[in-house]
Amino acid sequence: MIRAVLVINNQGKPRLAKFYNYTPVEQQQQIIRTIYSVLCLQSNFIDGASIFGQDTHLVYKLFATLYFVFVFDSSENELAMFDLIQVYVETLEKGFNNVCELDIVLNYTKMHTILNEMILGGQVVETNSQNIIQAVEEISKLEKVTAATKLISKSASILWG
Amino acid sequence: MNPFSSETRLRDMIRAIRACKTAAEERAVVRKECASIRAAVSDNDNDYRHRNLAKLMFIHMLGYPTHFGQMECLKLIAAPGFPEKRIGYLGLMLLLDERQEVLMLVTNSLKQDLNHTNQYIVGLALCALGNISSAEMARDLAPEVERLLQFRDPNVRKKAALCSIRIIKKVPDLAENFVNPVASLLKEKHHGVLLTVIQLCAELCTVSEEALEYFRKKCTEGLVKVLKDAVNSPYAPEYDISGIADPFLQIRLLRILRILGHGDADASDLMNDILAQVATKTESNKNAGNAILYECVETIMSIEDSGGLRVLAINILGRFLSNRDNNIRYVALNMLMKAISVDGQAVQRHRATILECVKDSDASIRKRALELVYLLVNETNVKPLTKELVDYLEVSDQDFKGDLTAKICSIVEKLSPEKIWYIDQMLKVLCEAGNYVKDEVWHGLIVVITNATNLHGYTVRSLYRAIQTSGDQEAVVRVAVWCIGEYGDLLVNNVGMLDLEEPITVTENDAVDVIEAAIKRHTSDLTTRAMCLTALLKLSSRFPSCSQRIKEIVNQSKGSLLLELQQRSIEFDSIIEKHQNLRSALVERMPVLDEATYSVRRAGSLPADTSTSQGNPLQIPNGVPKTIDAPLLDLLDLGADEPAPQNSSAPNFLQDLLGGDILSSASQPGTTQPQKSGTDVLLDLLSTGPSPAQNGSSTTDILSLGPDNNNSNSKTSLNALDSLSLSTVTQAQSVPASSVIDLLDGFGPNPTVPKDNGPAYPPITAFESGSLSLVFNFSKQPGSPQITEIEAKFTNKSSGIYTDFIFQAAVPKFLQLHLEPASSNTLPGSGSGSITQKLRVTNNQHGKKSLVMRIRISYKLNNKDMLEEGQISNFPRDL
Repeated sequence: MIRAVLVINNQGKPRLAKFYNYTPVEQQQQIIRTIYSVLCLQSNFIDGASIFGQDTHLVYKLFATLYFVFVFDSSENELAMFDLIQVYVETLEKGFNNVCELDIVLNYTKMHTILNEMILGGQVVETNSQNIIQAVEEISKLEKVTAATKLISKSASILWG
Repeated sequence: MNPFSSETRLRDMIRAIRACKTAAEERAVVRKECASIRAAVSDNDNDYRHRNLAKLMFIHMLGYPTHFGQMECLKLIAAPGFPEKRIGYLGLMLLLDERQEVLMLVTNSLKQDLNHTNQYIVGLALCALGNISSAEMARDLAPEVERLLQFRDPNVRKKAALCSIRIIKKVPDLAENFVNPVASLLKEKHHGVLLTVIQLCAELCTVSEEALEYFRKKCTEGLVKVLKDAVNSPYAPEYDISGIADPFLQIRLLRILRILGHGDADASDLMNDILAQVATKTESNKNAGNAILYECVETIMSIEDSGGLRVLAINILGRFLSNRDNNIRYVALNMLMKAISVDGQAVQRHRATILECVKDSDASIRKRALELVYLLVNETNVKPLTKELVDYLEVSDQDFKGDLTAKICSIVEKLSPEKIWYIDQMLKVLCEAGNYVKDEVWHGLIVVITNATNLHGYTVRSLYRAIQTSGDQEAVVRVAVWCIGEYGDLLVNNVGMLDLEEPITVTENDAVDVIEAAIKRHTSDLTTRAMCLTALLKLSSRFPSCSQRIKEIVNQSKGSLLLELQQRSIEFDSIIEKHQNLRSALVERMPVLDEATYSVRRAGSLPADTSTSQGNPLQIPNGVPKTIDAPLLDLLDLGADEPAPQNSSAPNFLQDLLGGDILSSASQPGTTQPQKSGTDVLLDLLSTGPSPAQNGSSTTDILSLGPDNNNSNSKTSLNALDSLSLSTVTQAQSVPASSVIDLLDGFGPNPTVPKDNGPAYPPITAFESGSLSLVFNFSKQPGSPQITEIEAKFTNKSSGIYTDFIFQAAVPKFLQLHLEPASSNTLPGSGSGSITQKLRVTNNQHGKKSLVMRIRISYKLNNKDMLEEGQISNFPRDL
């Protein structure tokens, strides 16, 4: 099971923090700090036992200014997690068109929506970035339609009210 | 509209937070936002609720408390609109957890949304349920989820499958309800659904034994076929990851096969073919392909299998080891570590590649590989492997040397086939990385050396060569110094030459040179220097011609600031100087150290307890049985921070004094004076010696050391005596009290100690006003009569408290005055306290003029400045 997905920028600021087991806010911040401090190491695999307890692995990849960190236990394949990070980033790329840190900061609810279409309760839902993007686009379309109708009804009520 | 209600948009808030330069600024911005959100919450503001919650999620991510937003999530979820629901569910997953009671309230909304006509809303609800479901919610909503497993849209089906995993985890009883739907879904064609259903299936297998049996019987074949299709499928771009068709699905399939095949020969049999196919056909030039291979290897290792596949698997790992990607090498090493227990022989075949990984540039790979090599070493390959590792030690990173030497030493100790090899390898390690080895390593080496009786000559010659080339390695120096001290005669006379040795000519002076260099080396620490002194003492007897030179070297440490060295050098000097006839017995070669006792002691199971080793008492030539582990201990523990054994009695204490070798000599005087007990032996040792008639009382014996030294250097010997007596007291804790008193008595009346302080000059009242009095106490440092130490003591007889109390003094030119800081600047009233201040006056015309001083005292009484002045001329005359 995947225990957490974190996106941390190269100054240690969290840009996305999703924990699949309940973790109090203070502990979340502690974890983010600890992980950030070990990210400077060379290897892409870090023994996460000291941070998350026994049987934890940690895989990260650095894209431009952002570290994408997946924390998971031994029921996941380390190398596959590596590819999963790739899938996530590819999906973000498709979803934002040339994703940059600012996109991610300003649209972190969309980040979460994409992540939810990919990982659910610590398990992988979908690994095809095209499918994920499709689902996310459907959702945003739905959102726009509802927002539009709401706008109309509001202005209408002003007109007639 | 509430005036506090924030009109800022989410983006503006994020920008404001990002613009903050300090953490304090950030906190201020967040506090302001939180205040306005709280206000909106209490106003029950509908328009901006989802915007506020979106802000709260961001604030939450930054680590601020957001509990006040929890109810807002529930309200948004209950709202009809999609944007509200979406944000509501996101907030629910981030801000709430299954332990909060608020969560109970959401069950009803979830139920409605799971039955919603809009599949995206169903999707949102499933996602939330899968992330935060509690046991109660799982029970309540399991039927809905079960139904959704058959939903027409695959997106909903796969989410329902993962949601079921959470439900089963929370309520394992519900597992049986899912077995049949899962069995039928395993025939699914849609990749995404298949992926999730396999995960659900794996979860069912771990939760329920019956489910495992069921799937093993019914589905193994089907899953093998699915995997076969996946492997052989034509190019399918949609699930392609860098040229490999759907690696995630293949990995999941391999994993479920592993669960099914583990411990079941029939099921394992069914999957043999496909595993072999995956292992041979998967391309290994991409990460995705390697991920599949890695998973496949793991499956092969854990299913019941004939040897063939396992060899294939380990060969794959061997190929991984030469991959350029660090990550691949890393997982391969991890996997090989597990594989050793399954098939050690197959792993052995890749020894060479693993050894290459020890030399990797990546630190974590090196460490793994080293651990693996350590597991691989056995009697047959220990020699070549150790050679490789020792060779690598030369070029390895500084920070890796510690680990590497520890492992090499452990291998050599564990598996050495013969002593000469052991000694050779250890010398190599010490020469390369002597500064990195732990103390036990060279302690152990010394034990082995003493036991290898026929190799003493060879060892000491090798060490002599080693110290010439690697004199900067502390451990080499220590072992070499010890061995030259013990076996110096073998070194000089080339005794016991082995065939393979090159002849070497070492004169007695050369041997002493080595030790002199070691003791003078500025990097040598206390232990090394102390060992050098002991070695010198021994050499003084072994090389009579160098005796005078050795005495000079020993004497140089007399002024050492380190107590241990100073004490040793004074004692040894005395032995060399005056106890010629005692010396040869004192410095006899160490008895052979008992390896068994040492290794047990090292393991820590044996406390320093002589009773356990009484079984193997050592016969010393003069017939007094002594146990050996005490001297060994003292010798090897010198400088170590563990305290001396608690039950050490007088003989042990002697060991400490003379570096371990005294034991045999301790019995020597014992034979001449058989009536003396252990503590008396101590006195004998320090005494002038062998003629018992001469040393009637031990007190005079000790004193005899004093004046003797005084002649050469009065100051040093004074200090030395002081410290000697001190150390005797501290070390003699276990010696009966009477003898301690004896020793101390010896120093008491010592006429060479000038004890002219205090009482020689009576204190004077230097200044006396209505309320303030100042008393001077005098003392002089022995040996410098012109310097007077004055302790000034102020007392306040009035009722008020003097604050900001400052004392100033002035002296004429022939005096020099130094004022130390005062003990306080507040002087309590009515004589209840005092201030003391030290002054040091140097009188340049001592004996001609007496002291005179002008003083000024300022202070505040009730915040009013007060000043008193005066002249002191009633000093004692000869200060």
